[in-house]
This record gives sequence, structure tokens and C-alpha cells, in this order.
Amino acid sequence: MKLAIVAGPPSAGKTAVVRQVIRSLSDRYRIAYLKIDVVRAFEDEELAAEFGIPARKVCSGDLCPDHAGVMVMRDAIAWGEEEGADLLLVESAGLCLRCSPYTTQGLGIVVLSAVSGTNTPLKMAPMLALADIAVVTRVDLVSQAEKEVFRERVREVNPALDIVETNAVQGTGMRYLLRVIEDSSDITDPDAIVLRGAPPLGVCTICVGKTEIGWRNHFGVVRKLEGADYLYRGE
Amino acid sequence: MDRTPIREITILPGRGRHGEPEGFDAITIRPGDTVSIVGPTGSGKSAFINDIEVFAQNDTATGRTVLVNGAYPPEEFVRDPAHKPVALITQNTRCFADLTVEEFLAMHVRSRRIEEDGIVDRTINLANEFTGEEIRSCARMTALSGGQTRSLLVADAVLVAAAPVLLLDEVENAGIFKERVIEVLRAGGKAVIFVTHDPLISLLSARRIVMRDGAVEKVIEPDGRENDALREARRLDGILHCMRERIRAGDLVTGRVGV
Repeated sequence: MKLAIVAGPPSAGKTAVVRQVIRSLSDRYRIAYLKIDVVRAFEDEELAAEFGIPARKVCSGDLCPDHAGVMVMRDAIAWGEEEGADLLLVESAGLCLRCSPYTTQGLGIVVLSAVSGTNTPLKMAPMLALADIAVVTRVDLVSQAEKEVFRERVREVNPALDIVETNAVQGTGMRYLLRVIEDSSDITDPDAIVLRGAPPLGVCTICVGKTEIGWRNHFGVVRKLEGADYLYRGE
Repeated sequence: MDRTPIREITILPGRGRHGEPEGFDAITIRPGDTVSIVGPTGSGKSAFINDIEVFAQNDTATGRTVLVNGAYPPEEFVRDPAHKPVALITQNTRCFADLTVEEFLAMHVRSRRIEEDGIVDRTINLANEFTGEEIRSCARMTALSGGQTRSLLVADAVLVAAAPVLLLDEVENAGIFKERVIEVLRAGGKAVIFVTHDPLISLLSARRIVMRDGAVEKVIEPDGRENDALREARRLDGILHCMRERIRAGDLVTGRVGV
């Protein structure tokens, strides 16, 4: 079974990309789909109804959705294998720009929207730095010069990143993403899978339920408004 | 920059909205050609130029195939903007880049590894030939008007992207000096494909592709037979242009306008 993890900010077009992948590959692959979200999610029901594939979701509630994703990933792989899937697609909640949920033995796909602003690739640097391929959606809404400027920004974060430009609703340009998925290796040892990079830390006292505001009320990893130095440099 | 010269782009037929095959064998476009795509709203005009833009290989909704110099284009033509021979200016007249005009152009110039002094200024100057509202280098891209954005992106496509094939989606609807745009593009030996509802742009094009129900219905080559109509369209456009400028300037338009 192949594993592909799709990350990206909210409303970037992750599900539209997933839908095109399923539409194009479902005659040759048995695909299982897991959506990770925070409060509510509907993608699993929609995709199951549309394509008749095994699909499910997990809502993280009060936990960081990416931490939840990491927690359930091993179970999800076992579930995909039970379903006889050849390809497991996992879609992140896309809540936090610091998340980078890609693992070893799996393909990391980051989805970002061409209309999201020139600085967005810099703001979501961790998500780009560890991905294998970036899918830039909504390119039908921007002209050539804007596409190139946006691409330049993505390359500033990760010069080696493979970039696919698409109108994910129409499916243009998707052939290059499909090829990368098809060429990716199967999972060899699920128990040896690890995250590619350190996750955002969840080791402060807010994580365990204290609600007071201000760093003086907390201990662990704290941040002050002044002098908080946390520049992410990628791996 | 080294480029494989584009001798021609060939569009092979796909299918219309109801699955019927399109009624043409191949449409070939060469440098210097002007082609307009016409037809009712929703007839597939934008889809046609999008097929060219992505070099469709029977993998878009229309099922068309686009060849460059008679063969499937190399992958870098499609994927590497620095090698892509086609630049599309979309209908969208807003730019989302959160930069000033100067920063935006400088970044585009840098991404193309162009080391030519003054190219940013020359691009802004050319853009200002296309629009009546002056574009300043310190203006923010997001704050430009529709006409300014369109003018700047066309000038960029000519000078910075320097693409041999330009696709312009309803260039007329942003109030730019369309005849000046066509003049500059022609002088540069570009192949230009217009999606348009504008009679003057249609009549100025050497060829006209008529769309219906997602398919190419016919290809018209007037070959001089529309010269009378073109003369009339120019005259009317001149009148409308004068009126537009006077209305914009706050004048009361009385008496005879134009010739």
C-alpha cells in the first residue's frame, strides 16, 4: 500500500485535489481516505458517496489536529490494509501553518492557493520545507506573471520542491501529480514510519487545560510578546 | 535565454459538451498570427485558450490535444515558466500579489534570471501606453484598477515573460487602449489569441474561431472581405473612445462627437 499525506491551509483546495486523484486513479487503485479535522468534517461522507471508496474521519476536538493525526496514523495504515487499499490518502485539517505532517515511507503533498498572497509560502514554510510536491491551485484566476512570482516565493522556501500548477476543479495539470503518486514506493514497514520533522511542540500548561492568559501563569515552553525567537529554518 | 523556436502550435479536436466530436481537423497558429475566439457566454471560449495554456493532452474536459512544432511539447514547456512559450492574461482584473508594482516586476525579472538594466521601468512605461490612468512604481499591486492591472500584465508578458504566444481573455473589458495593445503585439511578432466579445478586436484578427456548446463550430478567414466592416468598427470605436474619455473627465457630452 502507498501512503500520501495531503496538507495545506484551510480552503486551499486539498479536497478538490484529493477528488481529482481519486477520479483519475480509482480504476487502477483501491483507494482509502482519512480526513483529520478539528470540530466537524464532511469530506469522508462526500467522497464515500461519490466514489464508493472506504473513507473515514477523526476529529481532534481539544487536541492539536496534527498531533491527533500522528496518534492515529498507525491505526489508519492498519485500517487501509484491512480494507485492501493500494493507496491511503490522508488529508490534514490544515489548521496551523506550523504543521508538517509528512512521514517517512509516504508521499508529502502540500496544497496551496495561487490567490492566497505573495507572502503565504513564507508563512507556511514548515509545510513546504518537508513536502515532496506542491500543488498550486486556482491558477486559472491569475495571469502568467503572478504564477511565476508565486512560484519564486515557494522556491525561496524549498528550492528542490516539485511544483504542479492546477485548476483542481477542472483537473488541469494533475497528470504530473498522478505520476508522482504512481511512482512513489509502497510502505515497507509500517512500524518503522516516523515523522519527517519535529512536530510543533505541545508541552506548555495550556496543553493540559490551564486557561489563564499571560506567560507568567504558565510553565514549560512559554512565549513572551517581546523577543520570542522561534524562526523556523526547515530541516 | 535559449529557447527552442516555436514554429507552430497545433490544436487537435476534442469533444463538445454533449460528447459530439468537433468539426475541424487541426487549427495551426504561427508567430505573427492574430486569432479571435468568439461565441456566446458559456460556449467554451475560455476553455479553448486554457487548453492551449496547459498544453492539453486529451486530459482536460474538452479532450483536445495541443502540439508544439508538430509534436507533444517537452515537459519543461508546460511546467517550467522560464521555458513556457505561452502567457495567459486572465479575465481576472485583480492581482493578489501583496507587493508594490516595482517589487512585483523585480521579482518576476529575478525569477526569469534576466539581467537587463531598466527592464522594470520599461515595462511600467509600456503599460502606461495601454492605460489612461498612470501606473506608478510605488503603487501596490492589489490597489491597481482593473485597467491598470491588465495593462501591466500585458506589458509584463511582452517584455519580461517574453512569451511568443499570448492568450488574452476579454482584454477589452478593463477599459484599456486595445488598438495600441494589438499594435505592440503585432510589431513584436507574437502570436496572439483573443477571447473577445468586441467587434473591433474580432475584425482586427486575421482569423476567427466560432465556439458553440463547448466545441469549435467553425473557423472563418475573412481575407479582406470584412474591410468595410472593419473601417466602420474603427470609426464607431473612435466615437465611443472620445465619448468615454469626455464622460470620464466629467464633461457634458453635447453636439456631434468624432467623425
